[in-house]
Amino acid sequence: MQKPGGGNDLQTSPLFAVEGVSVRFGGVRALEGVSLEVAPHEVLGVIGPNGAGKTTLFNVVCGFVSPAEGELRLRGERIRDLRPHQLAGHGIARTLQGLGLFERMTVLDNVMVGADRLARAGFLRGLLGLGHRDDARLAAKAREVLGELGIESYAARYPGSLPYPIRKKVALARALVAEPELLLLDEPASGLSAEEMTELGEIITGLTERTAVMLVEHHMDLVMSVCHRITVLDFGRVIAAGTPEEIRNDPAVLAAYLGESVDDPEVPTGSTTDGDVVSTGSTTRGEEA
Amino acid sequence: MQQFLDTTLGGLVLGAVYAAFALALCLIWRSTRIVNFAQAAMAMVTTYIALSLINADVPYWVAFVAALAAGFGLGALIERVIIRPVEGKAELNAVILTLGLFMVLHGLTAITFGVQHRGFPAPVSTNAIEVGDTSIGITPFGILSIVVVAVVMAGLVVLFRFTDLGLRMRASAFNGEVSRLLGVRVGRMLTLGWALAAAVGAVAGMLIAGGDLVNPSFMDPFVIYGFIAAVLGGLDSPLGSVIGGLILGLSLSYVTGYVGEHLAPLVALGILMVVLLVRPSGLFAAAAARRV
Repeated sequence: MQKPGGGNDLQTSPLFAVEGVSVRFGGVRALEGVSLEVAPHEVLGVIGPNGAGKTTLFNVVCGFVSPAEGELRLRGERIRDLRPHQLAGHGIARTLQGLGLFERMTVLDNVMVGADRLARAGFLRGLLGLGHRDDARLAAKAREVLGELGIESYAARYPGSLPYPIRKKVALARALVAEPELLLLDEPASGLSAEEMTELGEIITGLTERTAVMLVEHHMDLVMSVCHRITVLDFGRVIAAGTPEEIRNDPAVLAAYLGESVDDPEVPTGSTTDGDVVSTGSTTRGEEA
Repeated sequence: MQQFLDTTLGGLVLGAVYAAFALALCLIWRSTRIVNFAQAAMAMVTTYIALSLINADVPYWVAFVAALAAGFGLGALIERVIIRPVEGKAELNAVILTLGLFMVLHGLTAITFGVQHRGFPAPVSTNAIEVGDTSIGITPFGILSIVVVAVVMAGLVVLFRFTDLGLRMRASAFNGEVSRLLGVRVGRMLTLGWALAAAVGAVAGMLIAGGDLVNPSFMDPFVIYGFIAAVLGGLDSPLGSVIGGLILGLSLSYVTGYVGEHLAPLVALGILMVVLLVRPSGLFAAAAARRV
């Protein structure tokens, strides 16, 4: 796998910034003063041991958890108070560890739901049955993205009947169809074989032509090969940030991983203690009006 | 043979009405996991609204459309004002709320319109159709009822299967959090689901009332029969709800025709018990999807 763009052509002004974000669940500090930036067309890896706060960070970005402190900015605009359904409209998309596919909808329908941001027909037009041209356009867009990922032949199938790697691609297609500027990938390599992971790395590298990527992943070989920069979390704090080479040799990172080399493929690859989507009462941003 | 034909046709008409009511229950269950025990009372209210308009010399079909619109608005209002605050909390809270709403709507209707029986007109004849010298067991209004339910069903199929709006509604019903991540305004979809269900319930109310007498309790049996039809077909399955309604209508018609009318409620409850014991997910729903 080649490093995307060779690390030389990244724009310096950040597309997205997390500034001093802290999250507390009762007395537990899940995140403490976390800051990071993502440049346009950059792949930023977010790694850390189980329970480090990686998925909580994603949940903050997606609006499912409100931070006690800190700010989120997209192209300099404050987005901390946006509700989850508004983020897609601002160009942020996410895949989930558990995929979250709609099992009783076809692959094409799953991906079309992701294209909602591109819909021109509003709620009222849709209700009055005046949005059929829009429906055809969204279906064409969904088929286009499925084709890009090589899974258009599965469009009429139901997700439950598909192999896991194909299901993963369906989830990715659903996120990509909205043409996001920032794509959050939550452990996209879990459950994949080495060969499938290589293909995933190539896909992620190719994505940088159209979007920036934040990647939470336990497979260090994938992280090291596709990320321009890496931020390391441990116990909710940033303990290191830098290029893959800098992270690989950072003493604090090595200590956090219990003395193991961070590019050791045997480093934890299974489940994490972080959940897919955390909705915990008082910290959750409200439902849309 | 004549009796069999009569009871079958009568059962289909009855089943179509049960199907419409079960469909309304199904729409709300799919989107919010709430069994709406106020569905019958909501339909009763919209039927009274239509009756008031008809008594004020408004044409029947204008009153019919007004009842649908009133049902749509009432459903949306109830979801936003009463149900929304308890969504996402214990399911029992919402169920108890709908039971309370059932009683409130009953009381308000009785206060507003009185408790006496009133005649409700039908737009076409309610006399049995005659072929030669033989009358067959279906009326023009019965045929109209089947056609109206079929049109409603077709409209819902088109909405859910072939439109982007329907796609968003289905996605919201299957997984609200993931749908929000994808930019879907889930709250709005849930409101629309309640509104559509109440409009379908309003159709059922008008069909049940046509050519008959109404009072504030005239829809009460349909709380039970509609629920049985929905459970029989599968609360999660709109198609199952319709087929469940038709099966229940035919079953009760045969029991009434061949055994005795007094046994119909008992048979209905027997069907409910058998379904819950043998196939609690219903005939057409995925077993894993059911959570009651």
